[in-house]
Amino acid sequence: MLITCPYCGPRDVIEFTYQGDGNRERPQPASQNLDAWNAYVYDRLNPAGDHNEIWQHSGGCRAHLRVVRNTITHEILSTEFARGGHKSTDNRAEGRS
Amino acid sequence: MAEYSAFSLLKNALAGNKDWKPAWRKPDPKASYDVIIIGGGGHGLSTAYYLAKEHGITNVAVLEKGWLGSGNVGRNTTAVRSNYLLPQNTRFYEHSMKLWENLSHDLNYNVMFSQRGCLNLAHTPAQLDDYARRGNAMRHLGVDAELWSVDRIKRLVPALDVSGSARFPVLGGLMQPRAGTARHDAVAWGYARGADRRGVDIVENCEVTGFLRDGGRITGVSTTRGEIRAKKVALAVAGSTGRVMQLAGISHMPIESHVLQAFVSESLKPIVDTVLTFGMGHFYISQSDKGGLVYGGDLDGYNSYAQRGSLPIVDEVMSEMLALFPGLARVRMLRSWGGLCDMTMDGSPIITTGPLPGMYLNCGWCYGGFKATPASGWCFAYTIAKDEPHELNAPFTLDRFYRGLIIDDKGQGANPRLH
Repeated sequence: MLITCPYCGPRDVIEFTYQGDGNRERPQPASQNLDAWNAYVYDRLNPAGDHNEIWQHSGGCRAHLRVVRNTITHEILSTEFARGGHKSTDNRAEGRS
Repeated sequence: MAEYSAFSLLKNALAGNKDWKPAWRKPDPKASYDVIIIGGGGHGLSTAYYLAKEHGITNVAVLEKGWLGSGNVGRNTTAVRSNYLLPQNTRFYEHSMKLWENLSHDLNYNVMFSQRGCLNLAHTPAQLDDYARRGNAMRHLGVDAELWSVDRIKRLVPALDVSGSARFPVLGGLMQPRAGTARHDAVAWGYARGADRRGVDIVENCEVTGFLRDGGRITGVSTTRGEIRAKKVALAVAGSTGRVMQLAGISHMPIESHVLQAFVSESLKPIVDTVLTFGMGHFYISQSDKGGLVYGGDLDGYNSYAQRGSLPIVDEVMSEMLALFPGLARVRMLRSWGGLCDMTMDGSPIITTGPLPGMYLNCGWCYGGFKATPASGWCFAYTIAKDEPHELNAPFTLDRFYRGLIIDDKGQGANPRLH
């Protein structure tokens, strides 16, 4: 599997570290919304198909990337810097969804 | 149910083996059942067997999307053990071990259970201390455990490199003598036959495509072979849990599906008379009765629904094997395959009523599902029959993550790829 790092170009998957589901939103550090924290720590979207996920180019430039990958075929559909993609929120309407 | 006996073997041998009954029927699904079990793997089949045997519930269908043995029950490395640290896990897996010890007799089917032991190698003094602690924890709960010296390990596994010049010298190990291996296919076939003979319908090539509901309650499933109603719908679909739960409208679970690879070498004369695990990486090996070395290592480490693995892990597993057994460098690998593991956030399984009314959930086996097969089915059948958990599976709830009651044997936290 090759992942195209925006800095370094296409590199072998062994240079990258998987950081998991990219849809999770980290609550504000001072948040006491337990549902939001639980969702952040434990809940994962686990689709069979296209998956929005975070990888770190730990054996290269060390940038964090947002990667859309198909979990059945391992096709990489897009990569971009995760920077700016991290939203902070403390007011998810229903907690875990 | 004694179809297999010395007498029946002799009789059928003389009659040209033409009179054996099929091990299970191929029934068409009925319109409704008391219980539908989705997933005809080891856990689904053992659940059906114990529902019929222990609770007298025989109006049961097991729905399998492929053929029996096509999923994880035919894709594992056959190891059976109960060497855990935390009491919730130890009690559960020890119950499984006791069922294993009588399984061939109980099923009248030879599952080739072989108590050749499971030996965890230690490579640092701290690791040896940690294994001593785990062994003590096991013995407190009545499970067998022995701390072995290097000399004793060397006598059991002469091919192992225990010299001081090894990349990771062996300092000792934790042995569970009652652990071992079982023939995984025979486990599926034996449970299938046992359930079938008690009236359970095993429906192959029947994929669940959706859930039937009455209000909020699950009342059946739609499948590629039509709609089937049931009072209770139980899921035992291992790595496909995320996919099937999404059909029920639950998109988020404390689960990630990962692929785990396994390998078999060409047949050799006996060199590993136990299940051996490498403490410095993640590698385990045993030798099948045919002589092939059966071994595996880490997960690929990212979400996957592909039943095949990637080359970096092949490379890693082989190098870890050579760190232990330099003499195996020229042994040829025959085949490799991948199975789907539904990895939970604490590395422990989920056996529970719910999470929807009318539904029962058995999942999250990480990559330890095979050894759990008997106890998983036994506890799940209890939970389905009585609508409450047995004492043994009461800790394995779905909401333990949100209540702060996680069962994290490895202490890795909410990171599935590390369990």
